Amino acid sequence: MLFSLSLSISPTTLTSSPRFKFHSCPHVLPPTPKPPPPRLRASSQAHHVILHDNGTVAGAGAPVEENILPAGLRRESMPRHVALVMDGNRRWARIRGLPVGSGYEAGVRSLRSVVELCCKLGIRVLSVFAFSSENWFRPQAEVEFLMELFERGMRDEMGSLLRENIRISVIGDSSKLSRSLQELITRTEETTKTNCGLQLIVAVSYSGQYDIVQACQKIALKVKDGLIEPNDINESLIKQELETNCTEFPYPDLLIRTSGELRISNFLLWQLAYTELFFAQSLWPDFGEVEFLEALQAFQQRQRRYGGRDF
Amino acid sequence: MRKFIFRILSVGTIPNHIAFIMDGNRRYAKKHNLWADDAAGHKAGFLALTSMLKYCYELGIKCVSIYAFSIDNFKRRPNEVQYVMDLMLEKIQGLLKEESIVQKYGARVYFRGNMTLLTEPIRVAAEKAMVATANNTGMMLFICVAYTSTDEIVHAIQESCNNKWVGIQEANGSIAWNQAIGDEEYQLEEKAIIKLRDIEKHMYMGVAPDPDILIRTSGECRLSNFQLWQTTYCLLYSPAVLWPEIGLRHLVRAVLDFQRHRSYLEKKKKQA
Repeated sequence: MLFSLSLSISPTTLTSSPRFKFHSCPHVLPPTPKPPPPRLRASSQAHHVILHDNGTVAGAGAPVEENILPAGLRRESMPRHVALVMDGNRRWARIRGLPVGSGYEAGVRSLRSVVELCCKLGIRVLSVFAFSSENWFRPQAEVEFLMELFERGMRDEMGSLLRENIRISVIGDSSKLSRSLQELITRTEETTKTNCGLQLIVAVSYSGQYDIVQACQKIALKVKDGLIEPNDINESLIKQELETNCTEFPYPDLLIRTSGELRISNFLLWQLAYTELFFAQSLWPDFGEVEFLEALQAFQQRQRRYGGRDF
Repeated sequence: MRKFIFRILSVGTIPNHIAFIMDGNRRYAKKHNLWADDAAGHKAGFLALTSMLKYCYELGIKCVSIYAFSIDNFKRRPNEVQYVMDLMLEKIQGLLKEESIVQKYGARVYFRGNMTLLTEPIRVAAEKAMVATANNTGMMLFICVAYTSTDEIVHAIQESCNNKWVGIQEANGSIAWNQAIGDEEYQLEEKAIIKLRDIEKHMYMGVAPDPDILIRTSGECRLSNFQLWQTTYCLLYSPAVLWPEIGLRHLVRAVLDFQRHRSYLEKKKKQA
């Protein structure tokens, strides 16, 4: 769970005319540091509190302090499901003259901090693009390093997952993973399945097109067995068969991609139909509380019309 | 001046396919107090579209797709929907005229979407336009009407299942024979009944190359159910300008951005 996707691109691309790009893309965060907003106040009850859309509280039953959110963020327009493409670990390491592995490890620390923030803010679901179907084509040594990092991370974080009431779900083509990792994933999902805090969905060996194809294959088997006719196939049926059926909120409200790359790269294809996209310039290991809160603030300013209503 | 700019751009790679989400017509109408006519913003939007098509043609872009009308747009006020439909019928009929932009640029027009949701006059006009331009070898112009990506995927899966249905029934019928020669082959076939290429073959946009750039105007940064399948590695570009105000400089910026990121795109496409 705790390693990050990093996509290869030469550092020169990053440094070419960033100002030019920002002028035309107001949603892209510039890399210049800004004074941090007031930090979230720590509350011993925040970890176990789930905020409903109408502001009422589930779980412990204790009232949430009114000023627990930083100035400017509105509880009623907090995204329920945030998706992350954690891009830029390798570039981060290269810029510092460090080995690639250090970049991934720094990425793990970033992820831990964002998970903690999501818990505090009452976000219900966080999905992270940890390893894509295409990443299998990376150098063998790098793939093995990532798999070991993932396995070690999942094992080491079990205690904190239980303490933080986090539920883990893993989506993707697990048949390509080692037997020990598959078993660890099953055990972790089983152990955390009754946790009712943040649901952390980790996409490993996953792509949006793969998800649709596997849903389609399950549907085709039902057609073959005479359970449904081809004309019965509709959007609702497909939604039920996608691997995001592990959550009550399969469609992200907000997708954040770091490192300035302006594309989806085959993550959660169907599920992103109406998702607000946010492209942050920071490399993933540099993406922290300040950047995350700014993304949320930008999200809350968006007008979501779903093709319909007037202004 | 424009030719000079295009010559400079042509030193680098020109994108094959640019997709447009033409957002901001209604905000444009509001900004310019054009409330008398429900379709005022859309009329201004059409003029912007003709300019963009001209620039794309001059730049040598081989394929353009536009999100003309989403299935979601049927949820809008009936008056607005009706005005847009009337405007669309008028413009589609206009495509058949000799002096139309399509004939001028030798563009081949494709209407893509769930056409059963449109009225008969529009369906008939669209069909005529497709037939009339079928032999054109210039730009490919995909006009997505009554379209959403999720509807496109549902349709592709239905068609894939329909096509396989005959094969499935034959396989069911010959189970005994298959078992005689060995179950393993039959099991493998059963598991991989629908493949990615089956779905792609039946997509409305199946004949088009995947977009290299998706330009959505008005500063909104979302796909709104447009070509989700086809834009997996596409460069997403969201200028703040409203669609009727889009100009040459926005297209130039998009192409320059594309050229900067191209080496990355090529590598990812090969890996996929």
